[in-house]
Amino acid sequence: MHVITRRLRRLAPQLIALAIILGVISLVAPGFLTVSVQNGRLYGSLIDILVRAAPVALLTVGMTLVIATRGIDLSIGAVIAICGAVAASLITEGYSLPVVIAISLGVGIACGLWNGVLVAILDIQPIIATLILMVAGRGIAQLITEGVILTFNDDTFSALGSGAFAGIPIPIYLWLGTALIVGLLMRRTALGFLIEATGINRRAASLAGVRARFLIFAAYAISGLCAAIAGMIVTADIRGADANNAGLWLELDAILAVVVGGTSLNGGRFSITASLIGALIIQSINTGILVSGFPPEFNLIIKAGIIIIVLTLQSPAVMTLLGFMKFSRRRETLTHGTKEATR
Amino acid sequence: MIHARNLPFITTLAIFVIAYALCVLQFPNMLSTRVIGNLLTDNAFLGIAAVGMTFVILSSGIDLSVGSVIAFTSVFVAVMVGSFGVHPLTAFIAALVISTLFGCLMGAMIRYLLIPPFVVTLAGMFLARGAAYLVSTESVPITHEFIDAMMGFYIRFPGGGRLTLLAMIMLAVFIAGIFIASRTRFGANVYAIGGNIQSAELMGVPVGSTTIRIYALSGFLSGLAGIVYTLYTSSGYSLATVGVELDAIAAVVIGGTLLTGGVGLIAGTFVGILLQGLIQTYIVFDGTLSSWWTKIVIGILLFVFIVLQRTIIWYSNRQLAVRQLKEV
Repeated sequence: MHVITRRLRRLAPQLIALAIILGVISLVAPGFLTVSVQNGRLYGSLIDILVRAAPVALLTVGMTLVIATRGIDLSIGAVIAICGAVAASLITEGYSLPVVIAISLGVGIACGLWNGVLVAILDIQPIIATLILMVAGRGIAQLITEGVILTFNDDTFSALGSGAFAGIPIPIYLWLGTALIVGLLMRRTALGFLIEATGINRRAASLAGVRARFLIFAAYAISGLCAAIAGMIVTADIRGADANNAGLWLELDAILAVVVGGTSLNGGRFSITASLIGALIIQSINTGILVSGFPPEFNLIIKAGIIIIVLTLQSPAVMTLLGFMKFSRRRETLTHGTKEATR
Repeated sequence: MIHARNLPFITTLAIFVIAYALCVLQFPNMLSTRVIGNLLTDNAFLGIAAVGMTFVILSSGIDLSVGSVIAFTSVFVAVMVGSFGVHPLTAFIAALVISTLFGCLMGAMIRYLLIPPFVVTLAGMFLARGAAYLVSTESVPITHEFIDAMMGFYIRFPGGGRLTLLAMIMLAVFIAGIFIASRTRFGANVYAIGGNIQSAELMGVPVGSTTIRIYALSGFLSGLAGIVYTLYTSSGYSLATVGVELDAIAAVVIGGTLLTGGVGLIAGTFVGILLQGLIQTYIVFDGTLSSWWTKIVIGILLFVFIVLQRTIIWYSNRQLAVRQLKEV
């Protein structure tokens, strides 16, 4: 019971923000909150948010781990493009579904390991190390698709993006499942704790016997794996691989989701759940602006505005100020108390 | 003796000269002043933005908003001149004021709210792009006799090449940047903050105002780059120049500036820009390579330079340790 309340307190700012945003949208757009069943499948704006959030949510899982190690992964948007291109080209060449999925996931892990080598072994700053793949990755994806948008017609593969199982769209299973597996792996074993130790002080962690190098490797590999799953969802959804636009700027959305989720870019304490709520906040804003009937031109500026407000409220300076106010109020009551007592 | 710190710059310069020589061996026409003139004109806006980026990176920050600010300025100028009939000069000044203030605001958020530069400028990137969409989502063409006169102004080289006004603006910005970085108090403060912000603060460097001025400078130069881009394409389009910040960062890194801040040269960025332009020119000359090879080659170059920088830092640290051991 105590654990649950503590958890809720940690997630409170994100949950309140999500509730406010959903509340505001449902005021502007009536019928926003209704969920109906059509053709044995759930429909509604809320379900839509959960489906559309799939790529960002998947990226967020990997990004949270990477950021917890005090790193950042800019390449995942490009990895989405690469894995999408690989999957689409394999499908058009007639490979079977398990082979396609296995190879795409392998390519994603390989991309993550490349980043891991640069960061963990060559000790390159994460921003720059992953910038290399971010810049070159789309070129590589173009190399695979040979400069065209590869389209395919394969119903079993596209089910990954648009299919449903037991009334719930498959992308929701994919991102919830991945988050659950990674989350359990982190919190039911010591892995998450060790990653936090690495992020807070890599040298100290190494000296204490934590295999920091391996953990950083693992974080980037998981990030690549998540990007590969996201890449397959994106590709399956539009039944084609667009090397130029698939996953474009999604890494920035994922970083924002992690930051909104309250994980510090300086590494250390992380919460995958909070990051996922951050991803849902961002997707709710996107969907909300669309269903509220605002002209699409306003989309980005409203999103930027909300994000700036959230960031400002969460910033270290405001936090210190709030902490100071709380402290001085407590001192006031204390001095009041002693005065009463002396009287 | 060459200082180890300047080694990345020397390497970049050597690679550029060798690469250019190889290109000329294959295509003798690439030596013509026409190609050189075009190289400068085509990369003018990127070069101007990269100067601002160099200052930001020297202070161990980063500015992701550059591409969006360029797009915003170009749409803003195009709409002011094209739709409202404002004189281009007035529109230019207004655009520069807006972009500089925008930079100031980001600098203040970084300094006073203590949010990392990466996140602040990321939000700024969305905001500026969103503002560009608000102004217009269509490609706005502009024609004005003043702009025609600006574009008609150039110095002719022997051999038919032209040093256009755009290239002149870029060269002027680079010269001013080199002067500011190496000869002014502000420049010294930037290096000090990038080297170690705590030491700088204890030494009495005005960290707050310098940070704000760094981002204001980057905003101003992004605005200027936007104006140059508008002149270059004779139009403004809110979807243009996506990802220019990455090209600018790549040019800065290839030019030998350490991303950890404190070490680097503006002149290096210039060579970085030329090297990127050279790759593109080569691909155009070759004709059989697709344009996406540019990205792959830039990625490889980035990798080579970063590894080179790591080796230099590792080597100089070792030298230092060896010297300390000897003293003991």
